[in-house]
Amino acid sequence: MMDKKNTRVYLMMVLPALILFFSFHTFPLMQGIFYSFTDYRGYGDWNFIGIENYINVFKDPRILNSYQFTFKFAIISTILVNIISLTIALGLNSKVKFHKTLRGIYFMPNILSILIVGFVFKFIFSVFIPEIGQSFGIEGLAKSILGDKDSAWIAIVIVGVWQAAALNVILYLSGLATIPEDLYEASGLDGASKWQQFRHVTFPLIAPFFTINMVLAMKNFLMVFDHVVALTGGGPGRSTQSISLLIYEDGFTGGQFALQSANAVIYFFVIVTISIIQIRFLQKREVQM
Amino acid sequence: MRNKTNYVTTILLMLGSIFILFPVFITIVNAFKTPAETAQSILSLPSTWTFDNFKTAIEMTNFFNAFGNSAYVTFFTVILTILSNSLVAYAIARNLHRKAFKFLYFYLVSAMFVPFPIIMLPIVKQMSALGLMNLNGLIILYVVYGLAFNTFLYTGYVKTIPKELEEAAIVDGCSKWGVFWRIIFPILSPMNATVGILTALWAWNDFLLPLVVLSDQGDRTLPLVQYVFQSQFATNYNLAFASYLMALLPMLVVYLFLQKRIISGVTQGAIKS
Repeated sequence: MMDKKNTRVYLMMVLPALILFFSFHTFPLMQGIFYSFTDYRGYGDWNFIGIENYINVFKDPRILNSYQFTFKFAIISTILVNIISLTIALGLNSKVKFHKTLRGIYFMPNILSILIVGFVFKFIFSVFIPEIGQSFGIEGLAKSILGDKDSAWIAIVIVGVWQAAALNVILYLSGLATIPEDLYEASGLDGASKWQQFRHVTFPLIAPFFTINMVLAMKNFLMVFDHVVALTGGGPGRSTQSISLLIYEDGFTGGQFALQSANAVIYFFVIVTISIIQIRFLQKREVQM
Repeated sequence: MRNKTNYVTTILLMLGSIFILFPVFITIVNAFKTPAETAQSILSLPSTWTFDNFKTAIEMTNFFNAFGNSAYVTFFTVILTILSNSLVAYAIARNLHRKAFKFLYFYLVSAMFVPFPIIMLPIVKQMSALGLMNLNGLIILYVVYGLAFNTFLYTGYVKTIPKELEEAAIVDGCSKWGVFWRIIFPILSPMNATVGILTALWAWNDFLLPLVVLSDQGDRTLPLVQYVFQSQFATNYNLAFASYLMALLPMLVVYLFLQKRIISGVTQGAIKS
């Protein structure tokens, strides 16, 4: 009797949220998958066309181009961000002056709007650095890297790393804080060098944090949108058009609602697959170490 | 040996922090300068600290309107998220041994893996059909989409709260609702703070969702305004920087005062995932 009444109360607690979640998340998700099998343009009539969109995704040079850019950006940024933030975290974890202030500064990028920061960086890349290049006669810097098809992606990597390092530094720091001090003392007595200490003591112990950071960074970088909008708008040409940006641009205004829905479904599977592979692979390493 | 201050590392870290602070520095000094001063030197301090750029930027972008919109969305998103998501997670956490609730848990949590672009196109059509292409619609989406991650965070925390606490209250004649609001919700305070901080950062800084959901000019949030006026700023960097600075400043000020709380909140949120 009591239990039945409780169940009703519990159901009432979750039901409104469940209905809202279904209507605003699951239902549009199902619609997206549904339309990916049609020739819907976002308005007007539509017909079922089977898996034609999925075949076309692999033939569309713009989509392939966006995957190429997004992966290049995500892989390089993930690696850089982890190297840099682990280095900074190791520094902050040693006995340094102004520890709290420095930690506060390094975390700051995480709280700022990446779009607005991106606009500031755009100024730095397109006005400030070329000016320095010109006044010092350094040819490599005299032209804006944003204006060149082959180098614009580097700017996006820099901004991406600038921001993402903030969170990763803090995560590595909390990982390093879990290592007991006497482990270092013991290995120090055994005559281990700094590098050996890092390789055999520090790194294995923070391996779970390495996994979190790799997966988190990769997943976020694969979704890159704000950075690109602020810095290049996807250009020059389409050289820096990310997958999210392409779905947004061509899905809404390009009349490719259905094709981009198919693209988004594939994108979804790609992200899930990569996350799972990364977790499996990195966890196996954790055990081995 | 490890007890000595490491000065080399300190100096290296300070040099590195210059790289972090540099964009903020450029924004501040140039927000106060005239175009002529910036043309002379980007890095120098302004000769006179004038607020003219800010005045113009405020009028041009209707700053206070955008600030109000961002504050409105962030405030109600945070309040509604904490109140509703904690309740849902409580009901789920206390019934995880039942199939239906276990399914519900995985149903909500697995949504974390769904990238937004896949729902972006249909949700915009749907919001438009429902007449929700406005700030309130935006709040609904934040609260609902937050459920995925927050259910995960809250459920883990609720499981650590002993059931005996509730049973005692029920014997005293408290209803299940009363138990949640009077006993569980206050115990959840640390998690409420974490969820509140993560939600506030998300709602305040988000660009993509406002970009696709808001249709009315008067509804624009702060990041959206910077985006819309970007082309008009292009001719006057100082105006742009004044506008950027005003948009970044509220969060910077909050961060200055709540730094420790924010860092630990974000860390907890990320580690739990």
